[in-house]
Amino acid sequence: MHALKSVAGAAGLGMIGFYLGLGFVAVLRAMLGYPDAWGGEINIVGGYVFGLVGWLMGIGMWGIWIREWFGLKTYQRRAPGWQRYFTFNTDHKVIGIQYLVTFIVVFLLAGLLALGMRLELASSGMQFISHSQYNGAMGLHGILMIAVAVAAVIGGAGNYAVPLMIGADDMAFPRLNALTFWLIPPVAVALLATPFLGGIETGWTAYPPLSTTTNSSQILFDLAIITFGLTSILGGLNFIITIIFMRAPGMTWGRLPIFVWSMFVTSWLAIFFTQGFAVALLMILLDRVAGMAFFSAEAGGDPLLYQHVFWFYSHPAVYIMVLPGFGLALEVISHFSRKPLFAYRYAVGAFLGILGLSGVVWAHHMFTSGMPNYLHGPFLVATELISIPTGLIFLSALGTIWMGKLWLQTPMLFAMAVIFNFACGGVTGIFLADVPTDIHLHDTYFVVAHFHYTIVGGEIFALFAGIYYWFPKMTGRMYNETLAKLHFWWMFIGFNLTFFTMHLPGVKGMNRRVADFPESLDNLNMLVSISGWLLGLSFLVFMYNMINAWIRGPVAEANPWRARTLEWQTTSPPPHENFPEQPVIKGHPYDYGVPGSVHGVFPNSGLAGAPSGSAGGGGQ
Amino acid sequence: MAVIAPAEAHRPVHDHLKLNRAGLWLFFFSESVLFGLLLTARFYLEGIQREELDQLLGLGITIVLLLSSVTAFTAETAIEHDNRKLANWGLIATIALGVLFAAGVGYEWSIAHFHRDEAFGTLFFTMTGIHASHVISGIGILVLVWVQLLRGRYTSRDHWPIAGAVMYWHFVDVVWVFFYPALYLVN
Repeated sequence: MHALKSVAGAAGLGMIGFYLGLGFVAVLRAMLGYPDAWGGEINIVGGYVFGLVGWLMGIGMWGIWIREWFGLKTYQRRAPGWQRYFTFNTDHKVIGIQYLVTFIVVFLLAGLLALGMRLELASSGMQFISHSQYNGAMGLHGILMIAVAVAAVIGGAGNYAVPLMIGADDMAFPRLNALTFWLIPPVAVALLATPFLGGIETGWTAYPPLSTTTNSSQILFDLAIITFGLTSILGGLNFIITIIFMRAPGMTWGRLPIFVWSMFVTSWLAIFFTQGFAVALLMILLDRVAGMAFFSAEAGGDPLLYQHVFWFYSHPAVYIMVLPGFGLALEVISHFSRKPLFAYRYAVGAFLGILGLSGVVWAHHMFTSGMPNYLHGPFLVATELISIPTGLIFLSALGTIWMGKLWLQTPMLFAMAVIFNFACGGVTGIFLADVPTDIHLHDTYFVVAHFHYTIVGGEIFALFAGIYYWFPKMTGRMYNETLAKLHFWWMFIGFNLTFFTMHLPGVKGMNRRVADFPESLDNLNMLVSISGWLLGLSFLVFMYNMINAWIRGPVAEANPWRARTLEWQTTSPPPHENFPEQPVIKGHPYDYGVPGSVHGVFPNSGLAGAPSGSAGGGGQ
Repeated sequence: MAVIAPAEAHRPVHDHLKLNRAGLWLFFFSESVLFGLLLTARFYLEGIQREELDQLLGLGITIVLLLSSVTAFTAETAIEHDNRKLANWGLIATIALGVLFAAGVGYEWSIAHFHRDEAFGTLFFTMTGIHASHVISGIGILVLVWVQLLRGRYTSRDHWPIAGAVMYWHFVDVVWVFFYPALYLVN
């Protein structure tokens, strides 16, 4: 069993590394004369770092990569069939599926936490859990879902589809790509271990001074998220280099599929801004383990510094989450409307505009924080300016749908839901960007409803559009369309019921992040809880459909959607080297119904079993 | 069935050196945000206030680090001309100067009259500490590369590890060019 040996061996090395690290720091502390050599939070830091290195070496980085640094011959474990998903595999298609499956599991776990919270919030007073347990559940739900939102579409759909769509045989740095995935399990283990140290009481935002004084789970949180940030940065770097240098001949910037454009822009956001989260959490780590004074006001520090550095990342992070979702939605909408993408150039310009504006809006999260008043105006204006490029993306989507021959398969339904949901999220966003209304709505359930509309409605719906769209390509099998549509309507109705209703207690002043609320809001909260459970149950349909289809679904065609982009011009699933030969690009990917247009061709077709001479010609 | 071409036969050969260089530049781009935020935090918390520091020591380690960039450049240029002997001495000098710089920072830490639980101390120790950790990791990389050079692995056509390590070294040097005035010279 290669798979078991690979993962269990690496986990064992990771555990050994963890205890070695604990002990190493303890010995250092004993030598330096500290009274409690074992008791410090810095021991956890040492354990985590050593454990991370042990895990990575064990999973295969030593053999395939690090040996090279010492001038030794590298080797790679070759595991057959499904077992390759459990090794340090450098194939971008394997990594994409690893990401997707991992993050769907994390998504369901974090969803269970949310269901638990809604159970407690179904009526006022405390029923099932304590305040501190509620805080821990809420913090863990938040950070796990942030991780899903940041990495599921980028790491999963992006890794799988981007090299295929640009006609490359793999990413630019395949080993780096594998590393970005295998950094995720230690992050997940560290985050899931936080309840044993008291739970993340600060929520995912980890504001000091609470985060510098709370229980030790904060240390695990900081270390895990700094690691996760590294994953995000290295992944973004890999995408940028891949998209710049590995495009097929003829794939000019003007012919790049819109999903690839969105991934390109997102990657710049990721490599630039993610350092902010790392720096913010590093400062907390230093305040805690090294006794520094970044955030202690009595020693000259300033807690507001944290909020600036943190939101410097975490506002652009919402674009890291939602831009690939937009790209995916536009991609799917064009293929399923059988029409050229409307205003392609403007949509690309909009992505670039969001890239430019995203760095100057962060302080709209801080209108009530006590920052200088003269900052309110500029950040209000900059924030509202962002609705211009976002609006262009909406116009592109609506213009494509307009007069199209809509083919309402499941991916299309999800993509259109993205447009609907995000419009709701965008409208509620205006109230939060305006200082006077924000001061009333800040820290209420209105905010919770707003960002669930944008991130879940905008991105997670796009994630499901992508999963249903590429499932036949990834697995070579087809899912049950009826069950998929059932999942869509169930999830869509459950989602809108839950989060539309959630605005109302927010307007009435119900505070977020608190396990209890006034009795007068009982009815509304019961409705939210019931709808939330309805939403949660819809994923049972999804899981059943996916697992069943993957095991015994009917074999899928190479191109079930008659789409023109390159990933559909190869077999399902594609061979290891993606294409039978180097494709050459002759025209725009979305020219459906344009007479005589082709997107990609295989010049020497037939030589190595190309599916057809002209790839993606015509369309209709 | 006619001859089946192996998959690799018609695959484009990407210029790996170009990809590596561009990737490393992007890594520096990302790292510069880390250092930039620390620099911003320094002015956000303390304005241009500054504690007394040993100016002679600060100037000394700055000169040492700048010199090490010259020797690193010498090593890279030398291997480009297949001059292994000069490359060897260039790397040895760079490593030695790097160790000297790190030792200088360590000495500065030991004689500092401020403490890490006050704002300037926090900033000073964090900024120099994070920078020094990059210097030390750079020394580690240079040592690995140097060992491979001694074993005769590099030629003028194939010396990316030396070029990459030297690029990293220059980057760490440039960061200090910004940190040094912010910590030692302002006000």
